[in-house]
Amino acid sequence: MAGSREIKTKIKSVQNTRKITKAMEMVAASKMRKAQERTRSARPYADKIRNVAAHLSHANPEYRHPYLVTRDTVKRVGIIVVTADKGLCGGLNTNILRMALAKMREWESQGESFEVCCIGNKGLGFMQRLGANVVSQVVGMGDKPHMEKLIGALKIMLDGYIEDRFDRLEIFYTRFINTMKQEPVMEQLLPLSGEKLGAPEGSWDYIYEPDAKSVLDQTLTRYIEALIFQAVTENMASEQSARMVAMKAASDNAGNVIDELTLIYNKTRQAGITKELSEIVAGAAAV
Amino acid sequence: MAHTIHVDVVSAEEAIYSGEAEFVVLPGEEGELGIYPKHTSLITRIKPGTVRIKPADGAEEQLIFVAGGILEVQPNVVTVLADTAIRGHDLDEAKALEAHKLAQENLANRSGKMEYAEALAELAQAAAQIAAIRKLRQRK
Repeated sequence: MAGSREIKTKIKSVQNTRKITKAMEMVAASKMRKAQERTRSARPYADKIRNVAAHLSHANPEYRHPYLVTRDTVKRVGIIVVTADKGLCGGLNTNILRMALAKMREWESQGESFEVCCIGNKGLGFMQRLGANVVSQVVGMGDKPHMEKLIGALKIMLDGYIEDRFDRLEIFYTRFINTMKQEPVMEQLLPLSGEKLGAPEGSWDYIYEPDAKSVLDQTLTRYIEALIFQAVTENMASEQSARMVAMKAASDNAGNVIDELTLIYNKTRQAGITKELSEIVAGAAAV
Repeated sequence: MAHTIHVDVVSAEEAIYSGEAEFVVLPGEEGELGIYPKHTSLITRIKPGTVRIKPADGAEEQLIFVAGGILEVQPNVVTVLADTAIRGHDLDEAKALEAHKLAQENLANRSGKMEYAEALAELAQAAAQIAAIRKLRQRK
């Protein structure tokens, strides 16, 4: 029968695709749970270190760390773009990159220039094609983000701020709200606003070893790093849940396509049989 | 509860330890620190080393390796903000250089300046694909 063999092959191929998307969906679901757990477990550190940093910066008003000083003129902006390493996760990367692109355009029209740090392969590829000034990058983070991998790239950005290579540091990432909803966000990392740190409880002070300045330096640096790390873990949770949803949709669609194709296949088969029968009957009548 | 102190060891990646203790020993930057309950408020950096915690319930002593970090002591709480990796100025520097080199290499093999229009077209295309797929799905 003409066509029926082709339809059969097509059904087979769609079935194979569905197998893959089903598997990816389940893998993403289990990775998502772990990623969410990791987002939660990163929280106590960030909370604690923020408290300490808030306390320190309030207790030592005479020492202003460069991270806390807002500069009058902003000429250059440091940007950290957090994306996934891989695709097949719906509109996740597209949304965050679109947001970053729009902001970069706006800033450029104000005469600001950028240095970009890319975390994740997709953002890196995009920024390179854009021709942005990529000063550092982290790719191939795997399923579990490690601080160790981020340190180098982050140091370039933090040093850049201290050395006046840029006057502001922004981060773009996808915030995880729930399994169905993730939201691209932009946050200003540096300079740190006093409100973000919050006010400390009580008016007592610590004993510092060796001295307040060096402890404050380290605490603030760790705080920024913790914020970025948290952005990375949130982005990862977003990635996995976006992938799970996208793959579920793909599996459902594949199911629909298979149903339709099966219907067409049966129809052509039946049409073929009917035709053959009528030919036989016509032939018998002629004899 | 009067003679115990709450100990939290947390890192950016996970919470490592949490519990009541009688006594804690930590590798402070200026020397080894032994903390009993009701210690005065103190904040210091810690060196890579072992944190020794003697739990309040008389259980076996806990040993936790930390790769440096910050220690905060309050009269009834000890918090160790541990680093997840061994950090040092030179080590960090080496990592930064490596990351920078990678970026530079990538920078070398690309051309042109910011091509917003092209990038925008690319994004629009991807967005259109997603929209199309969504519409297709709705029609089913």
